[in-house]
Amino acid sequence: MTNGSEVQKIVVTGLCKSFGNKRVLDGVEIDCTSGESLVIIGGSGTGKSVLVKCILGLLHPEAGSIRVDGAETVGLRHAARERLLQKFGMLFQGGALFDSLAVWENVAFGLMQGRGVERQAAKQIALAKLAAVGLGPEVSLLRPAELSGGMQKRVALARAIAAEPEVVFFDEPTTGLDPIMADIINNLIVKCVREVGATAVSITHDLVSARKIADRIAMLHQGRIIWCGPTAEIDHSGNPVVDQFINGRAEGPIKMEIRAG
Amino acid sequence: MLKFLAAIGTVFLTFLAGTGRLVLFAGLSLATAFSPPVYIRLILREMVNIGYFSLPVVGLTAIFTGMVLALQSYTGFSRFAAEGAVATVVVLSVTRELGPVITGLMVAGRVGAAMAAEIGTMRVTDQIDALTTLSTDPLRYLVLPRLLAGLITLPMLVLVADIIGVFGGYLVGVYRLGFNPEAYLNRTHQYLETNDVVSGLVKAAVFGFIVALMGCYHGYYSRGGAQGVGQATTYAVVSASVLILVSNYLLTAAFFGR
Repeated sequence: MTNGSEVQKIVVTGLCKSFGNKRVLDGVEIDCTSGESLVIIGGSGTGKSVLVKCILGLLHPEAGSIRVDGAETVGLRHAARERLLQKFGMLFQGGALFDSLAVWENVAFGLMQGRGVERQAAKQIALAKLAAVGLGPEVSLLRPAELSGGMQKRVALARAIAAEPEVVFFDEPTTGLDPIMADIINNLIVKCVREVGATAVSITHDLVSARKIADRIAMLHQGRIIWCGPTAEIDHSGNPVVDQFINGRAEGPIKMEIRAG
Repeated sequence: MLKFLAAIGTVFLTFLAGTGRLVLFAGLSLATAFSPPVYIRLILREMVNIGYFSLPVVGLTAIFTGMVLALQSYTGFSRFAAEGAVATVVVLSVTRELGPVITGLMVAGRVGAAMAAEIGTMRVTDQIDALTTLSTDPLRYLVLPRLLAGLITLPMLVLVADIIGVFGGYLVGVYRLGFNPEAYLNRTHQYLETNDVVSGLVKAAVFGFIVALMGCYHGYYSRGGAQGVGQATTYAVVSASVLILVSNYLLTAAFFGR
């Protein structure tokens, strides 16, 4: 899917994952080059989050391969998995901020617990990252419950990039936000990812967001990647499922499947 | 008939799978204690939460238990002129049985439920997954401190409950039943042996571990939003209470069985 001369950061081949009798991922094939921003789109319940959780090792696939920097990661355990996770940052859909910790402790958590950075040094980094997402030091002592949804997303973004990871995953980064705040978050994602030089893998069904942050877009449908290409080409994909999805039409192959089901 | 047997088999297999998962969960959590980092600050925080904040409820329960015990023993023993044994019965019952069991059940209701609710909420809001992605083992960070704190703190709490319970018996014995204070205290420690107190403290450590384990286990595997968290809380309290009573019998048989 990518030019052979580019360095492949993540390569997923033949990935399968089921929950009970329901096969959510059915042979997913996708790759992502270093420094690229890949956005995976698809309807609700098509397995986008499952795919990202499999790459992170939070879920264990039944079959297939996930290679990061050329090394197989499926089946990694304990210390090896923790080393791999140090390459990753993740922004969860709901933020997943720790309720019991102050904002700056949330942002600095990975630095202090995962990398052994001293508390004061980690706090300075956290304050810098909060400033990068437009939040002042007065916010740093608040608890996540005291923040608005948009501010929580910003804090979650600051936490995701705090340790300057090689790959940042974004799970529905703009869901639940008003259009202006969604655009602010999109801009921050682009800015922050470029600043740290990271590879970005995002999952969303927000096409405005996808067009803004993606270098390349892939569509997940029925457990497989049915189309993948540069962002500019998505309007001319020639794939009726993609066309229906990006144009938000009720009529089309996706609805027919729902009726058949 | 075959369907009936299949249903029994399914229940039995589910029970075995659940037991296996619980043992594995406890084993993996305890195994994290043997490699760094061990979060001492979190252990201390949980000890304060389990021990210090449970003192009012445990103290109240213990004092009334001791008072009722003295009153009941007196009315029962007076039928065969054995009122003198009241102090001994109170101290042995409190240190061997009622102190650990009542404290264990109270802590199961207060702390076990809170642990299940907190960890369950973290599970359904992806906070546990977030811990993992931040290179932090959730078993090491969330579960081990609670298990160790339960194991260490319950014996301390039971020691306090023992003292308060015996004091409750003393209050009723002296001020309501008219015992001589010196004679009451004399009878209290005359037949009390180290083993009586130690057996109660060992039971307390086991109960503390059970309460923390059930709270963490049910919270960790909770699913399905608020309803799932509520269910986890119920399971944590009920399973901890039942296991406390079952293990109490087994420990009593081990300590005092002939």
